[in-house]
Order: sequence, then C-alpha cells, then structure tokens
Amino acid sequence: MSKDSTTRTFIVAAVLCIVCSILVSGSAVSLKPRQLENQKLDVKKNLLLACNLIKNKNASKEEIEDAFKDIDTKIIDLETGLITTSIDVESYNQSKASKNPETSIVIPAKKDLAGIKRREKFSKVFFVKGPSTGAIKLIVLPIYGKGLWSTLYAFMAISADTKLVKGLGFYQHGETPGLGGEIENPKWTALWNDKVIFDENFQPALKVVKGQALASSSNIQHEIDGLSGATITSNGVTALVKYWLGDHGFGPYLANLRNEGGP
Amino acid sequence: MSIKQTLFDPVFKNNPIALQILGICSALAVTTKLEAALVMSVAVVVVTAFSNFFVSLIRSYIPSSIRIIVQMTIIASLVIVTDQVLKAFVYDVAKSMSVYIGLIITNCIVMGRAEGFAMKNGPLISFMDGFGNGLGYAIILIAVAFFRELFGSGKLLGHTIFPLASEGGWYMPNGMALLSPSAFFLIGAFIWILRTFKKDQVEQD
Repeated sequence: MSKDSTTRTFIVAAVLCIVCSILVSGSAVSLKPRQLENQKLDVKKNLLLACNLIKNKNASKEEIEDAFKDIDTKIIDLETGLITTSIDVESYNQSKASKNPETSIVIPAKKDLAGIKRREKFSKVFFVKGPSTGAIKLIVLPIYGKGLWSTLYAFMAISADTKLVKGLGFYQHGETPGLGGEIENPKWTALWNDKVIFDENFQPALKVVKGQALASSSNIQHEIDGLSGATITSNGVTALVKYWLGDHGFGPYLANLRNEGGP
Repeated sequence: MSIKQTLFDPVFKNNPIALQILGICSALAVTTKLEAALVMSVAVVVVTAFSNFFVSLIRSYIPSSIRIIVQMTIIASLVIVTDQVLKAFVYDVAKSMSVYIGLIITNCIVMGRAEGFAMKNGPLISFMDGFGNGLGYAIILIAVAFFRELFGSGKLLGHTIFPLASEGGWYMPNGMALLSPSAFFLIGAFIWILRTFKKDQVEQD
C-alpha cells in the first residue's frame, strides 16, 4: 500500500486524531482541579486586595485562606434586593449564570450603561466582618462592564452604611497595559477610597473625570482623577459603576439596607 | 550541518524574525511586559522543538496530501497542552497572556520549521532546529520587551528602575513604547544593527 493511497491517508489521519485527542483531553482533565483551585484562589485574592485586607499581590495560599475567614458570602436577588437562601453559595457560578438565558435577564438598551447586554438575576455579595466583634465593616460587590477592548471585572468595597467607597480592585480585563491597564494600579484605585457614592437623591454620582479632579469642583466628593491616554476605559469605569450601583444593579439591595439601618 | 550550527544559526545568522520576518504579530502583542515575553518565549521554544520532533518522527508515514493538516494537528495539540500546563502552574502569568498562548498555533515560525525542516530531517536534528528557531524568536521578543517595559513604564519584571514622575520620581514614561507600533521600530532597529555586523544579510537591489 503506497504512502499516498486513500486508505493510508484515512488511517494516518484517524490514528493521529486519536493520539492527539487523548493527549489534549488527558492534560485538560488531569490539570483541571489545579486550574479551578487557582481560579477560585485568584478571585478570593482579588477580593481581599480590593478591600485592603491583604496588601501583597503574591500572597500565599495560606495567607489568602486565612484572611478570607473574616468574610461571609450571601446571594441576593438583584431585582428585589433581598437575600435569598434558595441558592447554594458554594456551588453558585455567577459568571456562568450571567450568560445563561434562564438565570439572567436582558438589560433594556437604555439602562445598559455598562454595555453588558445581559446580567444575572442573582449576585453574590460579600460581608467583611471585624476580626473580633463580628460586626460587618464592609460590603463587597462584584461589578463588571465594557472598557475599550474588553470587559472589566472588579470588586467594589463600600462602607456598611452604603455611603462611601472603601476599595476598588479590577482583577480581569484586556486593556492596553500602561494606558487603560492602569485601572489596576493600586495608586489609582486608592483615589476611590472615601468617595461619596450617592447624591442627595440617592442616585449614583461617582465619576471618573478627564484630567485631575480639582479640589475647587463642587462635586469633588464624587470625582476621581482620569487616567491619561485612557479616556474610553475611564468612561467605561464610570458607566459600569453607575450601572451596578443604580436601580438596575445593586440599587434596590442598597436601598433596603439603608431602610433597615445596616446589613 | 552540525548540531551546534543547527541550534545556534537561527539565533543571529538566520533569525526567524529579523531575517525571515516571521512571527511579527505575536512579537508586537506580548512584549509590553518582560515577564510575559519570557513566558511566551519558553512556550514557543517548547512548541517549536517538540512539534519539529514529532513531525519528523512520523514524516515517512505522513501522506503528502494531508501533511499540512497533520502538522497543524500536532502543533495545535502541543499548544493546548502548553496552555493547560501554564494555567495550572503559573496562573497569574497565564491570565495576563490571555489568548496569545493559544495563538502560538498561528505563529508562522512553528509551521514553517515543521514544513521546511522537520519533513526532510531526522527527529533529533529537527528538535535542535526547532529549539534554535524558538531561541531566535525568544531573543528578539526579550530584547523588544526589555526596551518597551523600561521606557514605557520605567520598570523591569515589575520592579521600578526609573521612578515615574506621576509617582514622585523623575521619569516621564513614553506612552508610545506601550503601543504596538513601537515594537516595529525596535525590531527595525534590531535588524539594522544585525545587518551592520552581518553584511551578507543585506538584500541586493
């Protein structure tokens, strides 16, 4: 049988495919647990970094797990703003839920400031407790939306009375390093600390301005310096923060908290 | 050609980027940070070396009508395995590289060496050839990333070298260095320097 006969061609193709698929699926399956663990740890680490519970970007696994002990996770219904217990916190995969038509809703185009088209019906929120008292110090909200090239994912920590920003950390994005990518620069995210989230009508008022936020501005309590060379990314950040803190995002939940006088 | 020549010729004498002008696209994309360039270099060296090795190993069985597909399958499998390994062991870096590891599949150097060298030569020498070409790619990638990270953000491997003016230092970063076009200038400069010393690489008019 010659090398180029049809039968030979089929045999070689079939054998190659089988060998390669075993190799690929074997490596994918055997490395999966490690990768999932890395992913979970990465999310935890970013959450801790966002609320300044750890400072070191290369924190070890033990440090992360240890710091995470002070954090409670709850799931809320974004529409009603109430905590729900019908979903298991451990197994709830929020990023999957945000894409599944059954567990997400279409955002009306007018409301879709963050440019994400759909959002999940239920979201995790995290409560950071004081180490000894057990009283809730911070509420951490997962938020995301479009920048220039990519979707930006972040955690925003706010004070228990829902008034002030207490931390912001972007942990996943594909913006240009050095320009839009500077959203993950801790020096920039530190500018968000203690900014006032809502105006007097409880509408989200945080804004990344172009250039520097001037002390003479009447809205300085809501304004954050812009990133030079990254106007579209900065605008994206403003829009996604506005969306998630607004009445289509966490707004109802935060309003409930204010009415009840705290979480 | 001796093994040594096969291994080191592609580094300066017959560099895949500088002389053959292959693999430019990824050289633009992953060179804003030195760390990413190092990981990319290792990944490309591993993939070119092993794809050459495996293609060469089965070269006498490959029907010529589907040889490109066979090469692609081998390369793609190796790239996926590399990607999985990176995600499992150096998660942070793998995350910052996003799609570019996967895009090694489309890197012309890998395919070019498989088709141009491994189909005609034995497994060991093909492995060396792949390794050498990977190194040739790596050296440019690392050189470009070195200058881009240094001048674009004043850092090397994330450590501050030039303190930035915006953080109280003296260095005003060159934003251009962080954008892809700057890599063209750097690669151009590299080719220029190379050809000043190796006159035989200069094309005749």
